[in-house]
Amino acid sequence: MTDQQHTRNFAIIAHIDHGKSTLADRMIQLCEGVSERDMREQFLDNMDLERERGITIKAQTVRLTYRARDGQAYTFNVIDTPGHVDFSYEVSRSLKACEGCILLVDASQGVEAQTLANVYLALDHDLEIIPVLNKVDLPAADPERVMQEIEDVIGLDATDALLISAKTGQGVEDVTESIVQRIPPPAGDPQAPLKALLVDSWYDQYMGVIVLTRVMEGRVKPGTQIRMLGTRALHDVNEVGTFQPARTKGEVLGPGDLGYIISGIKDIDEAQVGDTITDEKNPCAKPLEGYKPSVPVVFCGLFPASTEDYEQLRDALGKLRLNDSSFQFEPENSPALGFGFRCGFLGLLHLEIVQERLEREYDLDLITTAPSVIYRVMKTNGEMVELHNPTDMPDRMHIEAIEEPWIRATILVPDTYLGNVLKLCEDRRGIQQDLTYAGDRAMVVYQLPLNEVVYDFYDRLKSITSGYASFDYQMEGYHEGDLVKLDILVNQERVDALALIVHRSQAEGRGRAVCEKLKELIPRQLFKVAIQAAIGGKVVARETVPAVRKDVTAKCYGGDVTRKRKLLEKQKEGKKKMRQFGKVEIPQSAFLAALKMDDQ
Amino acid sequence: MTAAPAPAFEAPASEAGSHRAPDPGFGVYVHWPFCLKKCPYCDFNSHVRNAVDHDLWRRSLLAELDHYASETAGRRVSSIFFGGGTPSLMAPATAQALIDRIAERFDLADDAEITLEANPTSVEAEKFARFRQAGVNRVSLGVQALDDRALAFLGRQHSADEALAAVELARKAFPRISFDLITARPGMTPASWAGELARALEEGPEHISIYQLTIEPGTPFHASWRRGELDLPDDETQSAIFEATGQTLAARGLNAYEVSNHAVPGAESRHNLTYWRYGDYLGIGPGAHGRLTLGGVKHATRQHSAPEAWLESVGTHGHATRARDPLAADQKRQEITLMGLRLAEGIHRDAFVRELGAQPEALFEAGRLDALREAGYLTLDAQRLAATAAGRLRLNAVIDHLLG
Ligand SMILES: Nc1nc2c(ncn2[C@@H]2O[C@H](COP(=O)(O)OP(=O)(O)OP(=O)(O)O)[C@@H](O)[C@H]2O)c(=O)[nH]1
Ligand SMILES: C[S@@+](CC[C@H](N)C(=O)[O-])C[C@H]1O[C@@H](n2cnc3c(N)ncnc32)[C@H](O)[C@@H]1O
Ligand code: SF4
Ligand SMILES: [Mg+2]
Repeated sequence: MTDQQHTRNFAIIAHIDHGKSTLADRMIQLCEGVSERDMREQFLDNMDLERERGITIKAQTVRLTYRARDGQAYTFNVIDTPGHVDFSYEVSRSLKACEGCILLVDASQGVEAQTLANVYLALDHDLEIIPVLNKVDLPAADPERVMQEIEDVIGLDATDALLISAKTGQGVEDVTESIVQRIPPPAGDPQAPLKALLVDSWYDQYMGVIVLTRVMEGRVKPGTQIRMLGTRALHDVNEVGTFQPARTKGEVLGPGDLGYIISGIKDIDEAQVGDTITDEKNPCAKPLEGYKPSVPVVFCGLFPASTEDYEQLRDALGKLRLNDSSFQFEPENSPALGFGFRCGFLGLLHLEIVQERLEREYDLDLITTAPSVIYRVMKTNGEMVELHNPTDMPDRMHIEAIEEPWIRATILVPDTYLGNVLKLCEDRRGIQQDLTYAGDRAMVVYQLPLNEVVYDFYDRLKSITSGYASFDYQMEGYHEGDLVKLDILVNQERVDALALIVHRSQAEGRGRAVCEKLKELIPRQLFKVAIQAAIGGKVVARETVPAVRKDVTAKCYGGDVTRKRKLLEKQKEGKKKMRQFGKVEIPQSAFLAALKMDDQ
Repeated sequence: MTAAPAPAFEAPASEAGSHRAPDPGFGVYVHWPFCLKKCPYCDFNSHVRNAVDHDLWRRSLLAELDHYASETAGRRVSSIFFGGGTPSLMAPATAQALIDRIAERFDLADDAEITLEANPTSVEAEKFARFRQAGVNRVSLGVQALDDRALAFLGRQHSADEALAAVELARKAFPRISFDLITARPGMTPASWAGELARALEEGPEHISIYQLTIEPGTPFHASWRRGELDLPDDETQSAIFEATGQTLAARGLNAYEVSNHAVPGAESRHNLTYWRYGDYLGIGPGAHGRLTLGGVKHATRQHSAPEAWLESVGTHGHATRARDPLAADQKRQEITLMGLRLAEGIHRDAFVRELGAQPEALFEAGRLDALREAGYLTLDAQRLAATAAGRLRLNAVIDHLLG
């Protein structure tokens, strides 16, 4: 247990890529948490996916010992958070375990949409915010302008903002000193009954479920019998400790500590993030406030490529959900794809990441269907059904009206690109709510139907603004829309996994685009493939993939038939990545890729 | 007492079609694993060595032949093939000894086809007469190209003129000749190929093999190709070349009796027909493959491929067999299909019955067979299952689909 007066718990928050993980690196080095030999860039991004994509997906905690200029040693519990909008749930969870945060702003880019969104989260949690301008080493850095933006757009006093370069290390010690001086130490009575927040949990092959917790009051140590107030689960603690950043066994966790508990939890449902952990023998009176459950906004089907893997997929989804409570799943059955799961996500990147993690960490081959939002269908009999899957759309005869979810989107963009952004929003049926300027940057607020945003809005926005726009959104409510179901047929067979719901005004164009895209995605095969898009039985677009022109090995065929046979078997292996529709083989990747629109 | 022996060789069926399956024959393949220089596209079992102990090699090949002869003795041999590598580098006495030993231990047909693969350089041409004396009656020359720049690119040791001179010498020395050309080389157009093919036809070959340059893993060409340095003709050009080749040669009376082999009727390679008709063949020498029916069960055999290891093993055990595996029904089904559909004559129903005891309808899924027939890629009639011209142009995909 650490001395509370000398403990500081804080998160680093920022827009995507503004340098959070890099600043964490500098702090780790400053506090000698990792030997120089083992140090690598963005040390805390330890998932392969994070390293490959260069983004943080999971919030990570590290406990460091900082020797301050006053000569005293302080314990820092640092949480590096993700910046992308799809992972903001990670940020809000992290903030609950902190007393303060560092708000990092890229001094060359300025305030972006996620900067705003994250500041609001921090204010909601009553946290001390230290504004820091990063990347001052860049020639394009313009701290003056950005400080002004912080004041104008966020309304935060930026006169004390620190100027640093997380890359070169310049100014990093000023940040750590400010942390000591400005962020309050954690409160909480060590003698009170145990009250700890379950911040995160994950499954470890050897240790079982590991729980990350922030202790608010009381203490926990090996032997403590803990009770989860929400799930009512009861366990004996085997081990406690902290991440420094290596997992390090400790003796006890007390108020202000951010550490782990291992207690032989086998059933992953028993460790729900946001739950309150207490001591069974001396329980606390009231649970902590917990987390607001996140609300998935994008849904899609996930199916195992080979049907035998269904159980394995279920198991993997359970384990992954333990580590990411913001996605949901329930069993689903598709005529084309068999048994699988309908899954809900916070956005498209989230969907992609979950899919990739399942494939890599659990060695599964998956088919992902078109992402969809939740529609509300008012039936003629007065019933209202929530539609998570386009295939479940009731017959037109029985539909009175369909409502779709809308969002309130905030976009920040240099004004030279404003025209492009406005056009994109209008094309996507957007309704402008607000338009303001801060210097030469504009902030626009639009109401947009979520289904216009889920597939590719973010990609498009990036490309039409050369990457300069940033985007954030909140759910706003349901509105009626003239929506129709677009069916995709391959050689006259309806492929349920490719069906989608679109606005009538866009159905034809969309149908054409999907057909064109599929034509590119479906490799030429032995037989001609007809692709059609249809609305209520009426074909609105068609494309044909011609048969392969030539595919023969004209080489000296000696007596080595064995080799030919082995080649054939290898090809069969490769075919597992395809799904058979009658005579046609569709690559698994096509189910998602078909719906991403190209730049037009 | 016994019926008169069937002729050792039956030409591929004419259009009208015979009702009986042709006898696939029984061949002996001898592998000579050495070349003067390794060509950058080649992944055959060929090696460059400074010196080769010809006596030792002759004794060892004979030993391995003897080893197998004791198991297959008495079978009627319809063909012998000296392949490589570059078997024209072999001492003619070695070929002589092997042919004599085969005649001794087996029933070597009087009209047996005895082929030697040869590289078309002047050095080898000098040895033609001695190979002929040894009993070789057919030679297959690796001409590869009739364009000096292409030959240099292919890393060949001969010029176009030298190759043509070797073809003429071979023509005089042997009753039957054939030569190989490699098409679909980088930068080739249908027009440039047409010119080269026309030049080749001036030699009046009765048999010609046209191979498409295949980039094989592990070869220097593969490395250049991966670096993006080989500008291979696209699919469209390749199919144009493939189809034009078939037409040009057919107009000269050379039928594409197999995907890349063309011959005037009767001049087909009997030894290779044995492979394609899924008959038995014995393979000796480093890396040689065989298909042998032993005790009523078809086996796949393979000899050790590294030359020195092969020698050593033959020295101690009398043979260098690395694999001798009985073939399961499904493996045989795959093999007979992979080989047989390459032939214009296709696979005779009797051949399916002979190898698998069943008719094609029982061996392939009806849906797959029907789809391929409907699309015009396969035909199945009272006699045989065959790929159409369109089917042969896409044979890999057809076989893939057929076998599921
Ligand atoms: N020039 C310069 N580059 C920096 C600085 N800090 C970070 N970067 C670079 O900015 C990029 C993003 O840095 P990260 O630390 O991964 O950013 P992040 O905020 O953690 O990103 P997410 O976790 O994806 O939101 C990397 O290429 C860093 O090398 C800096 O001070 N100067
Ligand atoms: C077994 S090789 C031996 C022939 C002889 N050593 C020679 O090169 O002349 C038989 C033929 O296969 C062909 N061949 C070898 N490698 C090839 C490749 N990678 N692609 C296409 N044909 C190839 C050549 O035409 C060659 O003549
Ligand atoms: S192509 Fe012929 S000469 Fe060239 S390496 Fe291969 S076997 Fe030897
Ligand atoms: Mg990061």
